[in-house]
Amino acid sequence: MNTPAWFAAARSRLLLLAIVLLANVLVAPGFLEVRLVDGRLFGGIIDILNRGAPVMLLAVGMAPVIATRGIDLSVGAVMAIAGAVAAATVNAGHAWPVAILAALGTGLACGLWNGVLVTIFRMQPIVATLILMVAGRGIAQMITQGRVLTFTDAGLAGVSSASLLGLPLPVLLALAAAIGTGLLVRGTALGLFIESVGTSPRAARLAGVPAPALLIGVYVWSGLMAALAGLIATADIRGADANNAGLWLELDAILAVVIGGTSLYGGRFSIGLSVLGALILQGMRTCILRSGLPPELNLLLMAVVVALVLVVQSPACGPVLARMTARLTRRGTA
Amino acid sequence: MGDTASMVLAVRGLTRTFPGVRALDGVDLTLRAGEIHALLGENGAGKSTLINLLTGAQPIDDGTIHLDGRAIRPKNPADAAANGIVAVYQEITLLPNLSVAENIYLGREPTRFGLVDRARMRREGSALLARFGLSIDPALPLSAFSTAVQQLIAIARAVDMSARVLILDEPTASLDSAEVAVLFRLMRELAASGLAILFVTHFLDQVYTVTDRITVLRGGKLVGERLTADLARLDLVAMMLGSLPATESHLQRRTAVAPGDIVVQVTGLGRRNLVSPFTAEIRQAEVLGVAGLLGSGRTETALLLFGAVRADTGGVLVDGKPVTLKGPRDAIRLGFGFCPEDRKLDGIVADLSVRENIVLALQARQGWWKRVPPARQRALADDYIRLLNIRTPDAEKPIQLLSGGNQQKALLARWLATRPRLLILDEPTRGIDVGAHAEIILLLEELRNDGMALYVISSEIEEVAAYADRVLVMRERRQAGMLTGAEVTPAAIIDAIVRPVDGEPSGRAA
Amino acid sequence: MKGFATWGAMALMLAVMTGCGEKASTDKAADKTAPGGLTIGFSQIGSESGWRAAETKLARSEAEKRGITLKVSDAQQQQANQIKAVRSFIAQGVDAILLAPVISSGWDEVLGEAKAANIPVVLLDRLIDTADPSLYLSSVTSDTVEEGRVAGRWLAEKLAGRDCRVVELQGTIGASLVANRKKGFEEGIAGPGNIQIVRTQSGDFTRAKGKEVMEGFIKAEAPGSICAVYAHNDDMMIGAIQAMKEAGLKPGSDILAVSIDGVPDIFKAMADGDANATVELTPNMAGPAYDMLTAYKKDGTVPPKWVQTPSTLYLPDTAAAEYERRKDLY
Repeated sequence: MNTPAWFAAARSRLLLLAIVLLANVLVAPGFLEVRLVDGRLFGGIIDILNRGAPVMLLAVGMAPVIATRGIDLSVGAVMAIAGAVAAATVNAGHAWPVAILAALGTGLACGLWNGVLVTIFRMQPIVATLILMVAGRGIAQMITQGRVLTFTDAGLAGVSSASLLGLPLPVLLALAAAIGTGLLVRGTALGLFIESVGTSPRAARLAGVPAPALLIGVYVWSGLMAALAGLIATADIRGADANNAGLWLELDAILAVVIGGTSLYGGRFSIGLSVLGALILQGMRTCILRSGLPPELNLLLMAVVVALVLVVQSPACGPVLARMTARLTRRGTA
Repeated sequence: MGDTASMVLAVRGLTRTFPGVRALDGVDLTLRAGEIHALLGENGAGKSTLINLLTGAQPIDDGTIHLDGRAIRPKNPADAAANGIVAVYQEITLLPNLSVAENIYLGREPTRFGLVDRARMRREGSALLARFGLSIDPALPLSAFSTAVQQLIAIARAVDMSARVLILDEPTASLDSAEVAVLFRLMRELAASGLAILFVTHFLDQVYTVTDRITVLRGGKLVGERLTADLARLDLVAMMLGSLPATESHLQRRTAVAPGDIVVQVTGLGRRNLVSPFTAEIRQAEVLGVAGLLGSGRTETALLLFGAVRADTGGVLVDGKPVTLKGPRDAIRLGFGFCPEDRKLDGIVADLSVRENIVLALQARQGWWKRVPPARQRALADDYIRLLNIRTPDAEKPIQLLSGGNQQKALLARWLATRPRLLILDEPTRGIDVGAHAEIILLLEELRNDGMALYVISSEIEEVAAYADRVLVMRERRQAGMLTGAEVTPAAIIDAIVRPVDGEPSGRAA
Repeated sequence: MKGFATWGAMALMLAVMTGCGEKASTDKAADKTAPGGLTIGFSQIGSESGWRAAETKLARSEAEKRGITLKVSDAQQQQANQIKAVRSFIAQGVDAILLAPVISSGWDEVLGEAKAANIPVVLLDRLIDTADPSLYLSSVTSDTVEEGRVAGRWLAEKLAGRDCRVVELQGTIGASLVANRKKGFEEGIAGPGNIQIVRTQSGDFTRAKGKEVMEGFIKAEAPGSICAVYAHNDDMMIGAIQAMKEAGLKPGSDILAVSIDGVPDIFKAMADGDANATVELTPNMAGPAYDMLTAYKKDGTVPPKWVQTPSTLYLPDTAAAEYERRKDLY
């Protein structure tokens, strides 16, 4: 309804994404080309979408959690558990749909565990989810017995390698999850409730917002998204790697949500902008990996760029950027 | 006495412009040593801007400030303090988890061999507080003390920073009358010692009790400066509102429509260590006023009635049937609404728009799945913005940008949208400017006349006496009386508040 | 309903924790074998990887072969647990101690205690930082530079002078292992200059990152210009193989694939023709240690301070058989 306001928020992220893509073009001139080979699209943009799918999914789950003034540190570990469950299930001779359902169920259970700790036991979210972040990898390692649990089931591998309408399945899954979640929170009153609980828990309670159910719900949803991301990561390498699957991705997801403009103090959130944040991160990573620069610089470069992005998005820079982009847009249309 | 005193602060032609608004337009202000000077005006008159310019919190666009004849231009609050201008605000800006002494000496700790000298800090802090009539242990954390004491500590800190000009911005808003009396005594002592005090308040009674001179602002401009003793109350309100107001009329008792059936019957509702069991009936088309001092248990009765806190004794009947109140959602389902006392923390959802704040309770009652359609949300918001005269450019503005009075009206709208049978209001007019104040009182009377049952907690006794049909008086967390009909007079209410509880819970109710 | 879920989840956590606890117990079954032989305590880091599990399994089977009584203690990645285990071995009066140290520093005190008790200590798989080398009798580790060198030499021989542009998947930046495997490989391909490393990037030793980085290499280099990929471990190579396949390339023929470690999955890949060579980091670290300890105990033969395990090159011809041999070990 208020398109200009929405556009103003999205504008700075779109500009950042454009800069990141431009950097990629400078590194690899053919980056923007998209070719259709055997009914499947190939190209730099598709790679970023494909590689970014797990963090996109995590960000879709993380944004509502952060909006309630919470945080979910366990998503990386949940990815590992879900992947391990899926690989162990197909290796035990079950069909791949069973494995997928088992993995998603595991994610729901992990989310429920987090939600119950936060809501019923009133633990601080950072502490509550830290438990599963640490213990979760142990659980995954128990399932895989410390090995990379390789599988050959084509159905499960298809979660990563299959494609539909020319797009890799992970991209479609991430986009579907983002759109579905966006519709769910904005098409119903969930978004309003989440934002009111995150902004002012006491006022929300007195206005009759069912905060406990809502809080459990956002953690369960985050667990589900993490399980989906874990399935993609596992299918990608056709094996469950308990030690490394989703390692540190919780931090990427949090960063994506923050780049998407959600405050860690809760309140306003946007699924779309969080997904955009995830894509900006992945675009940067792809650019650095393909730049040919010594790998010793990876972490430093990433840190510098992330710091720049956050500075550019800080309230101090907001008006300057708005004026700059407004001028650019004017010139573009003139 | 002010006429002969020397001029401390001379502000001339002070101006501050925001995009599209001239928040302060060529304002003069003169403060004299030994004088308490009231700064008055409705919300948006420019009081806060003037204070922000004096304390350097905002830059000056035009005009001059002379302190003791010397031109100054404060760059920031620390710079203003160094010059001798210090402000103490309604929201205490000290750090609750630090000790009292640490708060007093924050940023200027006494040191010894390069380390903070804690013993000296405590000793001197203790001596300083004693001068302010506070015999408290400065090693305790600030949060251990009541708002009033914290306010006094903040003033002690301010004065100790060798202040020439002390600005008190709504210092009495969260104090009870005894605490106000202590504060006023302190203000007079400070003034007598040669300080110039600028006192901002909404309470006209207090202006006449404590101030020597009054400066009135309206719409960013100076209306005038008068000696308090020479300015009649009605004239003062006229200066503030810009016309002869009808506002004071709300203090005249009006006849109510005949009360209807009992909607809610409260029997022996209470909770250990919170409030002793109280009994009341609330009828259709009736205002049940609740009076008592701060801490008398008046707010707690509302929390129990709304289910925000669970009662451990007694019960509630709605339409004669017993109901369970396990939480606010139960109360809302029964058709109750509740505007809490702490508007900022318990009322508004600051980040959300006026529209979202208005639809929140209605939406919560409908459940998350059945969203109030956007068109209906906008219509609801626009209707209430018009009906309640909520001053906002549009319904999408974040509610935190509205003034207190308009936030309160939006909260009323939130509950009116649910068409409640019982509306519980805790201090609905606290911290609100005169205009909005009168509007809200009139609105309550309209709602009552339309058949709603109202449960109104207020510390403004005259007001309660004016619109309440019956008054529940609370004292020391117990029911101290229930006044009805002709008994509802300010004198009777004060009498019930002051008189010791005599064991008979219903007091002098007939 | 909510309460039930909570307790259920708690029960699960409890089960996990007790499950982990059992692993820490010593190997009781081994105690019964060969009452006459040596008794050796083995403080193992944990079982975080298949290789580590294989090392423990081989330590047991090699001990059995020699009639040695082995007590294994799993430290779950904690140095404190390792120190506790070594002290407990000393208290039990074992004949010798094997230690796979989880970190390199902080061992002086406990190893001093072992020395005082006259119990020889042999380090397995990793070395420690100490000013006093007499604290341990010997150490058995692989030669990580040699591993890289073997891989490099294989590539040089395979190419027989043809020009080749190689991309390198490094391990996690900062590990000495990474610097060594890189250095060894560069030495192995040095010579006529026909082989050059055109891109190098860290794949963090994981399949997922190996795949992602390889995807990037393929996109960044001109089509068909990469002739070989060298990965510091097999896991990254397995990821890279998938990346090549998904890009429509044939790993093993379009692009030569050589890596290090010798985990079962790489043998499978070699058997399938997807990889060309791997250099084994043998999990049999305990075997050489047993031999030197037996000799030391028998006639006081002092072993060298550093014993290197062989860096054996494996090629596709034996891959299927090697896979069968290893798949249950790891």
